Amino acid sequence: MNAAETGAWALLIQLAASTLRVSTPLVLAALGGLASERSGVINIALEGMMLVGALAAAIVTHSTASPWLGVGAGMAAGALLALLYGLCVIRLRSDQIVAGTAINLLAAGIAPFVCKVLYGATGQTPSIGIENRFQSGPTWMAFALVLAVAAWLRWTPSGLWVRFAGEHPEALSTAGIRVNRVRWAGVVLSGVLSGLGGAALSIQLSSAFSRNMTAGRGFMALAALIFGKWRPVPTALACLLFGFADAIQIRLQGVVLWGSEPVPVQFIQILPYVVTVLVLAGLVGQARAPRALGQFFDRG
Amino acid sequence: MADSLQGPAAAPAAVELRGLTKRFRHVVANAGVDLRVEPGTIHGVIGENGAGKSTAMKMLYGLYAPDEGQILVDGKVCSWRTPQDAIRAGIGMVHQHFMLAGPYTALDNILLGAEPSPSWAGFLPRSLRPVDRSAARARLQKLSEQYGLPVDLDAPIERLPVGIQQRIEILKLLYREARVLILDEPTAVLTPQEVIALFENLRKLKAEGKTIIIITHKLKEVMSFTEKVTVFRAGRVTGEVETAKTSPQELANLMVGRKVVLSVEVPPQPPLGPPVLELDSVALDRRHGKLDGVSLQVRAGEVVGIAGVEGNGQSELMQAILHPRDPGCRSSGKVRVLGQDVTANTTAEIKDLGVGLVPEDRHQEGLLLERPMTENFLLGLQRSPRFASGGFIRQDELEQACRNAIREYDVRPAAIDLELGRFSGGNQQKVVIAREFERKPRFLIAAQPTRGVDVGAIEFIHQRILRARTEGAGVLLVSSELDEVLALSDRILVFYDGRVAGEFKRGECTEREIGLLMGGGS
Ligand SMILES: Nc1ncnc2c1ncn2[C@@H]1O[C@H](COP(=O)(O)OP(=O)(O)O)[C@@H](O)[C@H]1O
Ligand SMILES: [Mg+2]
Repeated sequence: MNAAETGAWALLIQLAASTLRVSTPLVLAALGGLASERSGVINIALEGMMLVGALAAAIVTHSTASPWLGVGAGMAAGALLALLYGLCVIRLRSDQIVAGTAINLLAAGIAPFVCKVLYGATGQTPSIGIENRFQSGPTWMAFALVLAVAAWLRWTPSGLWVRFAGEHPEALSTAGIRVNRVRWAGVVLSGVLSGLGGAALSIQLSSAFSRNMTAGRGFMALAALIFGKWRPVPTALACLLFGFADAIQIRLQGVVLWGSEPVPVQFIQILPYVVTVLVLAGLVGQARAPRALGQFFDRG
Repeated sequence: MADSLQGPAAAPAAVELRGLTKRFRHVVANAGVDLRVEPGTIHGVIGENGAGKSTAMKMLYGLYAPDEGQILVDGKVCSWRTPQDAIRAGIGMVHQHFMLAGPYTALDNILLGAEPSPSWAGFLPRSLRPVDRSAARARLQKLSEQYGLPVDLDAPIERLPVGIQQRIEILKLLYREARVLILDEPTAVLTPQEVIALFENLRKLKAEGKTIIIITHKLKEVMSFTEKVTVFRAGRVTGEVETAKTSPQELANLMVGRKVVLSVEVPPQPPLGPPVLELDSVALDRRHGKLDGVSLQVRAGEVVGIAGVEGNGQSELMQAILHPRDPGCRSSGKVRVLGQDVTANTTAEIKDLGVGLVPEDRHQEGLLLERPMTENFLLGLQRSPRFASGGFIRQDELEQACRNAIREYDVRPAAIDLELGRFSGGNQQKVVIAREFERKPRFLIAAQPTRGVDVGAIEFIHQRILRARTEGAGVLLVSSELDEVLALSDRILVFYDGRVAGEFKRGECTEREIGLLMGGGS
């Protein structure tokens, strides 16, 4: 093996590892979206749930020096926001897109406010030492959860109920199961998983919470969900595709591709978003959403 | 009520409703309904659309909570919060619109809400125990043998014909060990053959000791298959009679509250005018459903009826007339509508020539069930100068037209802002018909115009169709109800396997002859 080949291999392995790492928050949020949307509730609030998850995880990890407590806090924060979202769309029957947008705005507003109150003017949490950050824990969790969610949907009664709640809620209701309870479970689970995804973002992929650090990943997770036709394994693969684009993007920053100057970093950074748009516009094909997605359920 | 818990000497009724009342926002759906069903019998429930039959049964099944009144099962007063409670008491219901999710297998649809789990999983909460599909499958195989209801348990529902879907719904009840089976309009969606098979199955169930309540609007079925009949009208019970001691005419009168004409009065045929529809060797070659060189003509002033068992090209015929441009609807052949070659025209252009359409599946093709009546009335008329000016909808004009239609077509409830899904099937169909007649059609296509519609409304719709003919329109009637085709048509074309298998003039044929052709004989 010559030096160039070894270098190429090393690069590939690096790229693969990096793909897995940056895909982690996407996979977790997308699984959250899946739980909610399969039960019939559109969830564009993933973004906001991730953001509060990232914030809570960073704050708690920083102050307790325990990343596990941080992860727990991230999940709890996501769940809390999900409860608010469920209140709006299940209980009060607001439009799911409007309520989801409101939740995202709320999260985007709360995060800097909390930072400011706790740490002064920065809009950012203090940096967390490397010894208190996760290296690969959340990544393993994410991919184990993909299989767990797939098994849950296929093999358990509650998985069956979630699928029917999104596809034919009347059938579920006449079978004696309360549709809105199932939907509550789906929505809260989406908060827990997105919160976990946010935690991965702030205490695994970086060392602090920073303003708007989700940067549209919640929406990317939704795109992956659609691309994956609302099924766990294909959705995770779609997340890996977006993660791969992200990894390449990180790799290409500052690299001279042609001429003598590197491509401006801003252009490089749009790569994952371009991939997302292309995938949604071209490759999705006949994606069939759960039939009752977005409709509130009323027992009459 | 002195005898509240136990009936007199006789065995208690399998099911008894006492003074059940249910109000919705706009309507009193049930006002003091009393009903008594003897164990081991087939009991008919009939009534016009919107009379409250489904509401009463949904209360019995625990889907709605009654505002007043009592439900008794085997003589014991019951009150339930969810269908699960009713299911536990042995009540099962097959709904008018099937409660089956298309993408999932028959097996999953059946075991939903009653999932068996292996015994080792007892430590898990019920919702997380693995589903033991093989146990469910074994039980279902036994049940389907016992009651003669074979189904493919692994097929996704959407690939199964309606008749089989209904069988799955019945298996769902048996799987839950229901002793009382409620069937809401079970024959509305079936072909004549499937209806016969259904009633054979119901007889078998009765022989096994089940009690069956069947909601229908078809008097023929009530007369031949039930022991007792309860008649609903406007939320009340107007009669409970023994089938052997009554007649279709008496039942019809009880249902409608006046004397109804069961046979259709056909006015004399006006002179025939120019053709409104000409098909010349129209063909469609597809894997499912085909047309095999269909040529036919409908002239102004006549009703041409298409008879045939469903799935022999009738739906494809409609599609070819309405979407001639689409190669998925027509591969070759000419289509002329009102004298004009329309093979290159859009559906909107074709309809604007003066075509009224009552589509065969009003939920899929004719209506927006989540939208109010006004918007449904506007569909397809949104560009007509009467309802639109300068890019805006003339709301006043529209509401006025809806109120007129409600009066003229006797649509109930008379609420133009109510979402259409809240109307009963017959009233939804009246909205479609009112809208299509608003166009003053010179060519009317009526596909399955009385499907899921009750006696009173059927009479009304038939009169309307015949009035269009009297006024000089040409009518193409497609119906799987042979009686309807025979009663209304001046000419009858029998469809079999995508082609015209025979043609008859009014009065020149017997039901038997047509039935033979429908089955592929000659
Ligand atoms: N969930 C509901 N909300 C409001 N109105 C309803 C609802 N269900 C039924 N209705 C009304 O109650 C009346 C009785 O309906 P239904 O029991 O479905 O009649 P049937 O089954 O005899 O055709 C109708 O006027 C219908 O519009
Ligand atoms: Mg009904």
